[in-house]
Amino acid sequence: MSTVTIEFNGNEEEVDEATTILDLLERSGVEPRYCAVEVNLEIVPRSHYASQCVKEGDRIEVVTLVGGG
Amino acid sequence: MTTADIIQAQAGSIADSPLSVAGKTLASRLILGTGKYDTNELMRDSLAASGSDCVTVAVRREKLYDRQGKNLLDFIDLKKYTLLPNTAGCFNALDAVRVARLGREILRSLENPGADWVKLEVLGDTKTLLPDPIATLEACKRLVDDGFQVLCYTSDCPIMAVRLKDAGAASVMPAGSPIGSGQGILNPNNLRIILEYLKSDDPGYPVIVDAGVGTASDVAQAFELGADGVLLNTAIAHARNPVGMATAVRHAAIAGRHAFLSGRIPKRLYATASSPEEGLITSRPW
Repeated sequence: MSTVTIEFNGNEEEVDEATTILDLLERSGVEPRYCAVEVNLEIVPRSHYASQCVKEGDRIEVVTLVGGG
Repeated sequence: MTTADIIQAQAGSIADSPLSVAGKTLASRLILGTGKYDTNELMRDSLAASGSDCVTVAVRREKLYDRQGKNLLDFIDLKKYTLLPNTAGCFNALDAVRVARLGREILRSLENPGADWVKLEVLGDTKTLLPDPIATLEACKRLVDDGFQVLCYTSDCPIMAVRLKDAGAASVMPAGSPIGSGQGILNPNNLRIILEYLKSDDPGYPVIVDAGVGTASDVAQAFELGADGVLLNTAIAHARNPVGMATAVRHAAIAGRHAFLSGRIPKRLYATASSPEEGLITSRPW
């Protein structure tokens, strides 16, 4: 199975091309309920996490809430 | 008199309606930030001591490689607090809209009532953290069009405040002084003008003083001037005793609000005696 190169929260990574958004979150130990995911500046609907696979060159951002004023 | 009126009268208190923003009623007139606390436990206890039921949060990249396990949200009771996500750290309108949408996405999954709220701040530079008025107005318009309830951080400029209200901001939030500076309310006259302009034909329109609070008396002053709410973070988080300061601020909010509702006396140049002029047994030297 071939791999694709993605940018995941600013870090370049090579991952399996069948990797889904949910796979990425689970691998990183992120609680999906507490985060939002953007791929190439578009917010990914939560219902797509398990089905949407990463593509070559995808820029993926996972954000959460932190303390702020 | 209703039962509530009687209870209030017995407590020596006065009738007041709660703070209402964008159709939502808050129990407290204080909105607290959640940043800069030494520990999450200290933050949780300070929020509780303040009596606030609305807190701001920031949207940031998830730390994927040095996670320490706990999330801020593990320390905030989502049934008690309305979360108000901010756009802190944004220096242009596009970034602010992007961050606001991400915050909304997270809050929707949490089913928090603050999901369509955003504390909009678009800053001009990192040294003053003063708002960029042009970018703020542009971002405000875009977010209102996108269905957001925009609580908009701005300077204490009355004209800008009017422009933001006209653009559809759910609340205009003028700074007392620069963010985190602790200088208090530097220009109370501008705040007076903002309150007059925004409320003249719309008395329920919420004006919230955001930024610059240094201690409890600054909070009291904001309410005495007629502000509907105060948003603060550093004054509590960086106090020597944050829980103690949160308690002081809670009392200051009540004191200031009651003073405003009770109507202060006008300032006079000369004295007016409190004891009667009649029946004096003393003589005067003139």
